Amino acid sequence: MRRKSIRGPLAVTAALLLAVLTACSQTSEPSSGDDPTDTATSEATAEETEDSGDDTEWFDQAVFDEQDEQRGATFEGDPAEPYLQYIDGEMTDTSEYKSDGAKKVCFANASISNPWRQTGWITMNQQLKVLQDEGVISDMETRDAEDDDNTQIADIDYFISEGNCDAFVISPNSTAAMTPAVERACDTGKPVVVFDRGVETDCATSFIHPIGGFAWGIDTAEFLIGNLEEGDKVVALRILPGVDVLEQRWAAAEKLFDEAGIEAVDYFTGADPTEIKKIISDELAKGDVQGVWMDAGDGGVAAIEAFEDAGADYPVMTGEDEMSFLRKWEDTGLTGLAPVYSNFQWRTPLLALQKIFAGEEVPSEWVLPQVPITEDERADYLEANDGMPDGHYAKFGGENLPGYPEVWQERQIP
Amino acid sequence: MTTTAAVPRTIPEHQGTLAQRILRAAITPGGAVFVLVVVLLVAVIWSNPNFGEPPFLIRFVGRTAPLAIAAIGQYYVIVSGEFDLSMGAVIATQVVMAGNLIGQDEDRILPVMVLMFAVGALIGFLNGVGTTLLKVPSFIVTLGMFLALGGLVKYLTGGAATGNPVDKFRQIGRGGITDVPIVEVIPYSVIVLAVVAVLGALLMRSSYGRTLLAVGDNPEAAAFAGTSVWWTKTWAFMLSSLSATVAGILLVGYAGVHPSVGQGYEFQAITAVVLGGVVLGGGRGWVLSAAAGAFALELLLALLTFRDVESTWRNTVQGVIIILAVAASARAWTLGRRPPSPSSDPSGRTATAVDPTAPPPSRPGTDTGEH
Repeated sequence: MRRKSIRGPLAVTAALLLAVLTACSQTSEPSSGDDPTDTATSEATAEETEDSGDDTEWFDQAVFDEQDEQRGATFEGDPAEPYLQYIDGEMTDTSEYKSDGAKKVCFANASISNPWRQTGWITMNQQLKVLQDEGVISDMETRDAEDDDNTQIADIDYFISEGNCDAFVISPNSTAAMTPAVERACDTGKPVVVFDRGVETDCATSFIHPIGGFAWGIDTAEFLIGNLEEGDKVVALRILPGVDVLEQRWAAAEKLFDEAGIEAVDYFTGADPTEIKKIISDELAKGDVQGVWMDAGDGGVAAIEAFEDAGADYPVMTGEDEMSFLRKWEDTGLTGLAPVYSNFQWRTPLLALQKIFAGEEVPSEWVLPQVPITEDERADYLEANDGMPDGHYAKFGGENLPGYPEVWQERQIP
Repeated sequence: MTTTAAVPRTIPEHQGTLAQRILRAAITPGGAVFVLVVVLLVAVIWSNPNFGEPPFLIRFVGRTAPLAIAAIGQYYVIVSGEFDLSMGAVIATQVVMAGNLIGQDEDRILPVMVLMFAVGALIGFLNGVGTTLLKVPSFIVTLGMFLALGGLVKYLTGGAATGNPVDKFRQIGRGGITDVPIVEVIPYSVIVLAVVAVLGALLMRSSYGRTLLAVGDNPEAAAFAGTSVWWTKTWAFMLSSLSATVAGILLVGYAGVHPSVGQGYEFQAITAVVLGGVVLGGGRGWVLSAAAGAFALELLLALLTFRDVESTWRNTVQGVIIILAVAASARAWTLGRRPPSPSSDPSGRTATAVDPTAPPPSRPGTDTGEH
């Protein structure tokens, strides 16, 4: 008896611990940005309305309008080299960096933990080879922060103090946390190129990124709205909360769905296909689902399979330019769109450094084109990327690099 | 559902009339979980009547099968007084192996599956030997295995999906017997779960099962009684890893290859086992209650979806409900224990009665893994 009475509470304490752990392990770690309660109160009088709190937090009308406009902007440069195109704007004078000889580049990478980053990383390494052969870059030392802010801060500080770097390339893991470290890199007086996710400082020589999350949200939401009717249901599959480039995609889409009278529910999936399938199955059990929206295409195939397994009609769907989605899209013939978060941007930072060391001016904010792949263009991209693995991205932009196509087909991570 | 049929066999004590036994079973945690499953099922169907239709229900059972199988595997380890935290990593390893090694070649399905089971058994063996012979707490051994396998998967895949194996292999987890009356389809995963559950129930009635319970309850006593404790526990770890392998094969079919498949499975499986009323620390609980715990957990998730709980809130709501459910089931222990204990204890509780002074000294050894 004594033993049992000990065990009861023991089991409960252990279970408490486990329950918390289970809850945590359900989705990946939510990053910094917590839900503000103050802004939510004014709108959230009707308790169960869609999360208007999030909306107000991530939605920025000015940036939304700017990116909306940029979708139709003219890009400078040759369309055959989209990784060098940019929207005309303020330029950084780089004459102070002009110098001869091969330079050492230090690259602080957030991670290569998803297929998009892996594809870009392979392309970047091929670009590096070209510049090494040309005698522009002697060596690139890379530190992978494995999705950890603290690791990346340490990486950048290591580069500053011991890296012997001639230039810094930084792909920030998160916006706010990385800002001071990027500023420290700028203080060294050497060129700093930031790409992909941004930081809250404009000290970098150039900040390279495609148009942005709001543009993605507008492209995708407008497509779904155009192919659906008022009152239709859209399931939004989101990877994780708190990352600005992803939150902005959803903030824009949610606003437009709301205005168009489309019923949209969002879920965090961690890109886990098991989760995605469960969510879609349950939503199909609730009622018809006419549309699927994704903030990144990873796992898109699982979403489509869930409709097949349930014997339901295919939804109108937006995925991404990942090969797995493009192929499944073609196989099923569903009405779809592949928004693009231009993967070729991984080439641009090294090419920017080439210009910087030559003393040529570069855009202070280098906005790259970001054009979705439509059904009409799909066949061309499938053909051009024939033999590429499922995790490859169609707009990787490395066709004119050495090693094409074998390096991307074999997909050996450097 | 299997729940109503299963209730009568819930406890090892085999005395009293059938009605008494059912009633007594229902108020033990191992029986209460079946009540919980029924309550949750009613709540889910009440929230969304479509869910009650046989085709939806059978698919739900099908997709819960991997977790139920993992919970059954975790049960063997927990009932022996240990933990297996490597389960999710084993699943991820098997998923990646299937994706990389089978690829699009149907001829490789069988050899690779054999290899997968061999790898599963090996991992379990290493966990078992590390825990028993090297005397490292299982919490640490399996956590180390979790990290090691996680690193291996990351190394092999670079941390991202490569590609799905051939469709024929995926049919195991995705397909089923079609054109069945009423339910439309019987997923193969449901059949696999049924086989695993029956084998598990039989195993726990065999001499190995009784030895396992005895070892979990009081390893010293079991050792004095002539049991090979290390071998019994090592087998439990191997059964756990093999169950994870089966779950992995089903998940590749269900979901496809992705390094995140299996993530968090160890905790979900342990939660399922605890919801099933299996006592952490070992020695008590029924194997099928662990499987029922998995269904309770999945029904809870489905309920959150049907009640339109906001995505940002879901984990919190889920966590609180699990805590309340386990707390309630711990209450059920004390409520269920008191009245019948004087009469029923001597027959069923072999090891507990051996030595009332033994438990306190043995606790540090058996419990190190829990904190």
